[in-house]
Amino acid sequence: MAAALERHLLRARDLVDRRYDEPLDLRALAREAHVSPRHFSRSFRRVFGETPYQYLLSRRLERARHLLRTTEMPVAGICLEVGFTSVGSFTTTFKRHVGVSPTTFRQAYGGPSTADRIPLCFVKAWARQPQASG
Amino acid sequence: MIDAISHVGVWVDDQDEAKAFYTEKLGFEVREDATLEEFGGYRWLTVGPSGQPDVNIILSAAVPPAIDPESAKQLMALVNKGAMGPGIFRTEDCRKTAKELQERGVEFTQEPDERFYGIDAGFRDPSGNEWRLVQPIEYDIETLHRARANGG
Repeated sequence: MAAALERHLLRARDLVDRRYDEPLDLRALAREAHVSPRHFSRSFRRVFGETPYQYLLSRRLERARHLLRTTEMPVAGICLEVGFTSVGSFTTTFKRHVGVSPTTFRQAYGGPSTADRIPLCFVKAWARQPQASG
Repeated sequence: MIDAISHVGVWVDDQDEAKAFYTEKLGFEVREDATLEEFGGYRWLTVGPSGQPDVNIILSAAVPPAIDPESAKQLMALVNKGAMGPGIFRTEDCRKTAKELQERGVEFTQEPDERFYGIDAGFRDPSGNEWRLVQPIEYDIETLHRARANGG
């Protein structure tokens, strides 16, 4: 049976999940999804409800929240670790989507949590901020 | 009183493809594979890990008359886009098992990674169902956090 477009697009989304710390490579993602680069973003948005860039951003912010909550890594280090290149841009984007600064988030949610007992894929799904933009 | 879980169901695109994946790549055994002509060719296909004979995974095809064509299409679109809930497999050695499965061509969504609860990896079956592969550890959250705070 020929795989559905959704299955190919899921492979591209899995690639974003694995390589969230790298710049978005639309051509590589389109190849993974077996669609032309021209149609990739539109197809991705139709199937998953957000653009590849919005998905990447929400993935990076989810990773940042995880690292802020569970490590002592400096904010600047986390910024680079999850794929942002500027601390200013990271802080602004984080605040816009999460509602508080990274430092405030860490103060509020750092330390032991029930979330640490739950397999990461479940927490990841719930920690993402869908429809993240810019 | 309910005593145990005996069967869990997974929707798959193609039962032959799924059977090959779960047996040849994951190493599961076929428990039952019966095609019932009296029920329109319905195929009951179950697999499971050899070390756990009382838990079976039902590999179901979304086809009429069990489900109408439009619902089947919607259901499989959800499976194919990874929207259906994942399950978790346990292993004694996550890194070793992940390596073995990758060598057999299993599509991993996440490499083995250390978490508070153990070592965790993720992979998909051919239809898009995501499974986690976890090597659990005994842990104490407070101790782990203190160790991390102290640079441990």
